[in-house]
Amino acid sequence: MSSNKVIYAIYNDDDVLMDAVKKTRAAHHHIEEVFTPFPVHGLDKAMGLAPTRLAICAFIYGLCGLSFATWMMNNIMISDWPQDIGGKPSFSYIQNMPAFVPVMFEMTVFFAAHLMVITFYMRSRLWPFKQAENPDVRTTDDHFLMEVSVKGNEDDMVAFFQNTGAVEVKVIEKH
Amino acid sequence: MYTFSSKLKTLSIVLMILGILGIGYGFLSAPKNTADVEKILKEEEAHHGGGHHEAAAAPAHEMPKVLPAEEGHAEEAHHEAAAPAVAVTSADSTSVKLLDTIAVDSAKVAVAPVTDEGHHAETKAGHVEEHHLTAAEEKAHHEEHVNHVFHQLQNKPWSALYVACIFVMLISLGALAFYAIQQVAQAGWSPVLFRVMQGITAYLPVGSVIFFILLVLAGLHYNHLFVWMADGITEKGHENYDKLVAAKSGYLNFPFWIIRAAVFLIGWNLYRYFSRRNCLAQDEASDNSFYKKNFKMSATFLVFFIVTESIMSWDWIMSVDPHWFSTLFGWYVFASFFVSGITTIAMVTLYLKSKGYLEHVNNSHIHDLAKFMFGISVFWTYLWFSQFMLIWYADIPEEVTYFWTRIELYNLPFFGAVVMNFVFPILILINSDFKRLTWVVVMAGIVILFGHYVDFFNMIMPGTVGDRWFIGIPEIGSLCFFIGLFLLVVFTALTKAPLLPKRNPFIEESKHFHY
Repeated sequence: MSSNKVIYAIYNDDDVLMDAVKKTRAAHHHIEEVFTPFPVHGLDKAMGLAPTRLAICAFIYGLCGLSFATWMMNNIMISDWPQDIGGKPSFSYIQNMPAFVPVMFEMTVFFAAHLMVITFYMRSRLWPFKQAENPDVRTTDDHFLMEVSVKGNEDDMVAFFQNTGAVEVKVIEKH
Repeated sequence: MYTFSSKLKTLSIVLMILGILGIGYGFLSAPKNTADVEKILKEEEAHHGGGHHEAAAAPAHEMPKVLPAEEGHAEEAHHEAAAPAVAVTSADSTSVKLLDTIAVDSAKVAVAPVTDEGHHAETKAGHVEEHHLTAAEEKAHHEEHVNHVFHQLQNKPWSALYVACIFVMLISLGALAFYAIQQVAQAGWSPVLFRVMQGITAYLPVGSVIFFILLVLAGLHYNHLFVWMADGITEKGHENYDKLVAAKSGYLNFPFWIIRAAVFLIGWNLYRYFSRRNCLAQDEASDNSFYKKNFKMSATFLVFFIVTESIMSWDWIMSVDPHWFSTLFGWYVFASFFVSGITTIAMVTLYLKSKGYLEHVNNSHIHDLAKFMFGISVFWTYLWFSQFMLIWYADIPEEVTYFWTRIELYNLPFFGAVVMNFVFPILILINSDFKRLTWVVVMAGIVILFGHYVDFFNMIMPGTVGDRWFIGIPEIGSLCFFIGLFLLVVFTALTKAPLLPKRNPFIEESKHFHY
């Protein structure tokens, strides 16, 4: 039983790919990964991937930014050194709040945007000098590749994927 | 084809009848003469222990409890024997100077009772002299005060009617603007909703007529909603003379004003009429010529609309406070009724969908409408805040009185509107899944619509009834009447045409719209 063998089924059309993904799922083969040169609408649903929670992260980061801005300006402008600057009331935070809103807003957006992007990089393991992972250079240009782990009869599986409209089916020993 | 459910028809008629009763009650219970007002004031005195004159002694930096309600209306604002100087009608030059001297010597501002009678505030190098009132002057002031309150109380049922009337009419105008934008943008998602939008805009002609009558009645001096219409206000030497209003009389005069109103209302109604007619003709056509006509007409309408909308907001809303002006006011008013229009579209759509009339509307359409409700709510808040913050920050007396009265006298409605129109929708409609749930969208819609009613209330009431505001029977009655009328007209119009346009070039895309 060669547990680390995978099949690379290569397609040259996203519609064919979508059909193949649906058939593969129906045949209960486990799809390890799909490589595409561009986002294919509905592919995640067809593959049965869980929805992303990045938006929830962003919301929480935004709240952090809002809290940080509020704390910072309350600390600086009200608690630490409540000067009279041009007659603006610095007796309490709420009294001078309108003047702080632009900062509060920008901080919220800044935190939400940047931390979300960093979260995305971390979750998708992207960073400079990272070794590229594409199994076939053509997948960045005009080919679509579905990687399926081999379980059971290898020849049957190859035959199955050739029937899904693949232009090429390869069996690869993964290390 | 939609058939008007008898329950809804009954509901709308009941609302109208209740509304008329409420409006009638409002007019009947308004004081007829100053003697009635004296009685009301006596009763209040007994309740509050005569708060008026105590307020005068309050330190100026603590905002006074009782302000001259007509913040800019010098001709009416004389009543408080001694309101703190900062709150005094700031638009006239004497009190602006006064403010300056006070600013120099802020320590002495603590007690700054200024009688602004005739604006002869006695100031000498920052010192404000005690001004003892003689008995005769006291009596004159009292009479002025009574007269002032009398006008406010008489305005109350009119203002209630005016706010509800303009609000519901502008909802249908907002829906019309949204409809025109959808056509010009060649939106692929919305054609299945066009007939719903047309149904909502069917209220526009009816609402326009009633609104125009209200404007004419104001011009015929049935009420005092617009101070700049007062007799002799532009006449030098007249007791009502107001030099600021006189200077604006080239723009703010009744004939020009009512002609503008007529032009705007007719322009909008013409677009609505022909756009609907072409849309129906397109159903039976063999080519797309009616669609193209509508496209061009919508683009023209949008140009006309944005100009007239801006002027409309100055004429019908901003001129209630003729001493005050704001440049982004037109946009602000637009955002307010635009989001209300979109919300109404969403709610009528959900109602029709729930009754099984909109086969091709799926939750992606609802999701899109909810996104618009969310986005335009935020846009409204952006304008609300921009207007408020710029004026608050610079604190120029002639501008800031607008917000001063609102924060002092309308604290809950003023900030409550922000909560209802911003905080609530942003928290509830930010979630993509929530935007597909009927009950969430309906709940958010109710809050947004009520919030924007309060927004219009805040725009108009402080200038007409001042601190005499209350959301009571006249206000709720007026709102009931116009909501009832709106439901009756809109749902009657929906029965007149199939709810799905047939030959719209984007209708197939719209039917299969999926997000």
